[in-house]
Amino acid sequence: MSLLTAQGLSKQFGGLSAVENVDFDLPRGEVRALIGPNGAGKTTLVGMICGRIVPSAGRVTFDGRDITGLPAHKRIMAGMAYTFQITSVFTGLDVRENVALAARRHMHPRETGPAVEAALARVGLADRIDQEAGDLSYGHQRLLEIAMGLVQSPRLLILDEPTQGLSDAEIAGFKALVRELAGDTTILLIEHNMSVVMELADRVTVLNFGEVLAHGTPDEIHHNADVQAAYLGTG
Amino acid sequence: MTVTARVWALHLGLIAVLFALHFVLPAYHHGNLARIMVLATYAIGYNVLFGYTGLLSLGHALFFAAGMYGMGLAVSHAGLSPAVALCVGVLAGALVSFALALLALRTSGVAFMIVTLMFAQAGYLTILYFGEWTRGDEGFVIQAADRVLWGFDLSDPANRYFAALTLFAVCLLVSLRLVRRPFGRTLIAIRENEERVRMLGYDTWAHKMGAMVISGTISAAAGAAYGILFGYVGASFAAVPHSILPLLYVLLGGAGTILGPFVGALFMFYLIDLASGITTAHMLIAGVVLVLLTLFAPQGLMGELRRRLWKGLP
Repeated sequence: MSLLTAQGLSKQFGGLSAVENVDFDLPRGEVRALIGPNGAGKTTLVGMICGRIVPSAGRVTFDGRDITGLPAHKRIMAGMAYTFQITSVFTGLDVRENVALAARRHMHPRETGPAVEAALARVGLADRIDQEAGDLSYGHQRLLEIAMGLVQSPRLLILDEPTQGLSDAEIAGFKALVRELAGDTTILLIEHNMSVVMELADRVTVLNFGEVLAHGTPDEIHHNADVQAAYLGTG
Repeated sequence: MTVTARVWALHLGLIAVLFALHFVLPAYHHGNLARIMVLATYAIGYNVLFGYTGLLSLGHALFFAAGMYGMGLAVSHAGLSPAVALCVGVLAGALVSFALALLALRTSGVAFMIVTLMFAQAGYLTILYFGEWTRGDEGFVIQAADRVLWGFDLSDPANRYFAALTLFAVCLLVSLRLVRRPFGRTLIAIRENEERVRMLGYDTWAHKMGAMVISGTISAAAGAAYGILFGYVGASFAAVPHSILPLLYVLLGGAGTILGPFVGALFMFYLIDLASGITTAHMLIAGVVLVLLTLFAPQGLMGELRRRLWKGLP
């Protein structure tokens, strides 16, 4: 049974067609990677799914309910969580308050304290809880973004290039974290790091010039000639 | 002492000091301080929107005047009692800020500044247009009989001082409570990064609407109180300079600090007072001091204190 379905999603910016008639189906519990060259329309597609961008055409269904006309904040309340591609934490606030802001919308105020600490512990930032977010290194800010997604206990977690700027050790930690979540949480992962995609994803959707180029298991995608030509390079 | 206890000690301490000053200040400064407390209340209202939510309004005189004229017209034309008239003033401010928010929150940034400025100017011209009721530029005096609230004659300096202190203390504590509650903390987050707040599931429009109505209502309460405490209602309180005033207070005192509005109002009032004792070009001195302060304490006096001494200062 699908958690998320998109039918005929298109977005034109002026004369430019960023996403063209994309059908997308995400079964419950799956880890899906969305890959494609820069400018392929990944962030635009995900933006339409989570409500940041109004589609020019098409429909989005989440959990059996048509959410095409729903504003972003209501989609989040329906169980989506979105982490930003460009790090977008509250740099002027401390780490605890960053995660607490994400938590408060979804639980009773009394539960937020432990939930915040648990989410930070999962990404390995527990000892930085009282630091100002702006003082964290870039990699730690990325992890804080992920903690802000985790604490919402979302049914669909959308991660937009989560490993960008992380060290190898942090990427290993991230992979372990996603494996832990997989099964309970459906995950949509926009990712450039092929080792992350190949190891974590159940299925991969490849976008090119705003259209779905290929869809399949990591192995199928790896051996798909079209994908190799467009994206991975031959060899 | 826990952080919360220190915060309460600081703010309740200020109120206690202001209470004690009643018994020691000479008449001149006593009168000034009553006026400063009402103006600081106006700035507290402004600070909720500008300092904590990050929306720069250039039209708060509209809310101040809504309170002042709501109260003034209610006592002098509708013949309502002062207590009811005060409520009318506050309610008028709440309604006007709600209506302006519906229009102005469709914009942001510079456009928000322009829209609020324009509507405040429209409000000012409306007051002049209905001169028959408002007596236009000249304004009108609130009769002594209409300044008696629950048996307290507000033209008496002591009563006036305590009325101003009560208003100031209530609004100070309300704003302190507000910014420590989830709603106020969400406003701060909106100031920092509105798009991120929206993508955490918050209806940012509704939060900004709430901030604007709270801000406008506090400003209107200050306006209504100013009218009844000092016995005069005039169109100059609806004009552009009166919209700039709370912005200056808040910037000087420290935007996004609870005590900033009071510190800024106190500083600015006495700066102009002292400068005008030295020269008739007193605004020149005031201007130079303001430039210096902007250069060396860009976050305002309390903002500077927070940066150097106490990071958790609300």
